[in-house]
Amino acid sequence: MTNVLNEWAFIGVFFLLAPLLPSLPIAIAALISPRKPNAIKQATYECGLETVGDTWVQFKVQYYVFGLIFLVFDVEMVFLFPWALAYQQLDFFAFAAGLLFIFLLTDALFYAWGKNALEWS
Amino acid sequence: MVFGSFTPEAFAFGFFTILTLGGAYGVAMNTNLVRGAVWLIVSLFGVAGFLALLSAGFLAAVQVLVYIGAIGILFTFAVMLTRSMTNVNQRFNQQWWISLLVSALLFILLIVGVIIPVWGNQSPADMSPTIANTTDLGVALVTGGGFVLPFEVASLLLTAAIIGAILIAREDEE
Repeated sequence: MTNVLNEWAFIGVFFLLAPLLPSLPIAIAALISPRKPNAIKQATYECGLETVGDTWVQFKVQYYVFGLIFLVFDVEMVFLFPWALAYQQLDFFAFAAGLLFIFLLTDALFYAWGKNALEWS
Repeated sequence: MVFGSFTPEAFAFGFFTILTLGGAYGVAMNTNLVRGAVWLIVSLFGVAGFLALLSAGFLAAVQVLVYIGAIGILFTFAVMLTRSMTNVNQRFNQQWWISLLVSALLFILLIVGVIIPVWGNQSPADMSPTIANTTDLGVALVTGGGFVLPFEVASLLLTAAIIGAILIAREDEE
């Protein structure tokens, strides 16, 4: 059971380090930077422009289509990952089965392309 | 897992339990739907931790990639498409007692069917003689004697999902 944790230990270290790396410069800046606030410096900063209106706006439906297509190809990746891992042990038939899988989904990509679902309107 | 002694596994189990249950609590109690979606991602991450603790590394990766990476984002998109995402001021709707009933029944089912039979059984469950890893899964998925037909049918199903999504979502523009 301890082996299980050892296998994942480096990911655990990563999860400890990942928040540390961005928060360290922020903390250092907060500690040592001089403070002379004025109205312009205190303004909300987003990509150089001050935000206009409410930021909780309704988004375009098209984002959802992109999300759905992404989800399908994400699930495809789940199926193809074991296939790619076992690649060395596979005969030609098994290799072709994986190719057929990719081909069927490429079809779907061409369908989406043909229906202009990939265009931003 | 021995709960009597404080092992690292018990600590990890407790940590992921807090993540899963706390995230679920956040989903149920937040009146801002976007924040609810983010809490859902926290909860799903806790489940990924459970899968990692059960030595199901591939499933843990799938949980993070598909459930957090795709379904969590899809939930967020769906919430952002609704107009009243921040104007929800009622925590419970009219059907709260139905969900209470269903959740209670499911909880009892899990207690009776899963937890009581294994509770107190300290010896680890017997592993199958052929210990399968992700490579074995890959071989089984594409070889003739394995699951090659369901594998290809899954591809067709995903294709159908894309066609359906495009047909439904872009109906209004054509």
